[in-house]
Amino acid sequence: MQPLPSDEELVARLRDRDESAFVLLVDAWSAGILRLARSFVSTNESAAEVVQDTWLAVIQGIGAFEGRSSLKTWIYRIGVNAAKRRGVREGRTIPWSSLMPADGGATVDPSRFRGPKDPYPGDWWEYPAPWPQPSPEQQALAGEINAEVAAAMAELPDRQRIVITLRDLEGHSSEEVCAILEISAANQRVLLHRARAFVRGRLDEYFASAGDSRGAGSGTVPQ
Amino acid sequence: MTCQELVELVTAHLDGTLDADTEDRFAEHLRMCKGCERYLDQFKQVIRTCGELPPESLPGGLRDSLLDAFRDWSEESGV
Repeated sequence: MQPLPSDEELVARLRDRDESAFVLLVDAWSAGILRLARSFVSTNESAAEVVQDTWLAVIQGIGAFEGRSSLKTWIYRIGVNAAKRRGVREGRTIPWSSLMPADGGATVDPSRFRGPKDPYPGDWWEYPAPWPQPSPEQQALAGEINAEVAAAMAELPDRQRIVITLRDLEGHSSEEVCAILEISAANQRVLLHRARAFVRGRLDEYFASAGDSRGAGSGTVPQ
Repeated sequence: MTCQELVELVTAHLDGTLDADTEDRFAEHLRMCKGCERYLDQFKQVIRTCGELPPESLPGGLRDSLLDAFRDWSEESGV
């Protein structure tokens, strides 16, 4: 995908009612806003409405955009607020202001590490097993990995999924995510870390169980 | 720093938010521990994979209705 024009240019073109600029942004960011919206609302239809609500608000608000954040952050913030409003109407509220007990605790099963009475307390009992790496000969593996990551993300609690989506799928920075969700950097980091650790753990389990059915030469395994 | 401590600090490390002393201990442990080196690599691979997931397609008709909304807005404000 071509890189987008600068924020200055896009804003000027939108204010000039330049449809091609609008199309660029719709095509670049709607899928991401849709994916995000699904974590806030109950149905795919509602998520599509969120996307509509968002772009409508963008068009109507572009005259007042002050450039204090990037255009993308501003638009995603509108999207998140639209998603929250629809979520509330559907009886789904996601508490953001504080972390829950489920957000605390170890992100890796403590039984993976040697206990306090062991001569090497806190060390791995066994190193994490190496993962097969996609190679040109093994296209199918890349697809499997994508599918497992997507499946793991679907299992995450909403807030963790929202944060990892904004950071790692959509590429917003930590500051931008805090601005979009109105949460502290510390809370954002806790949610992000848990989400990433969970996805990694799922992928690890997948390779461990798939490994039994994988023959030799089914992917390059680093030694 | 133990492995069990390190795995909880990976995101802070990648964001560059560990204080200097903790960052030093993190790096030092990593130099000497193949298990944690591998854990960090896998963690980074997950992040990369997330960034490369194919985008969802928009439901049919949504894109068109967005363009219609834009055209309505352009016409009513007049250029």
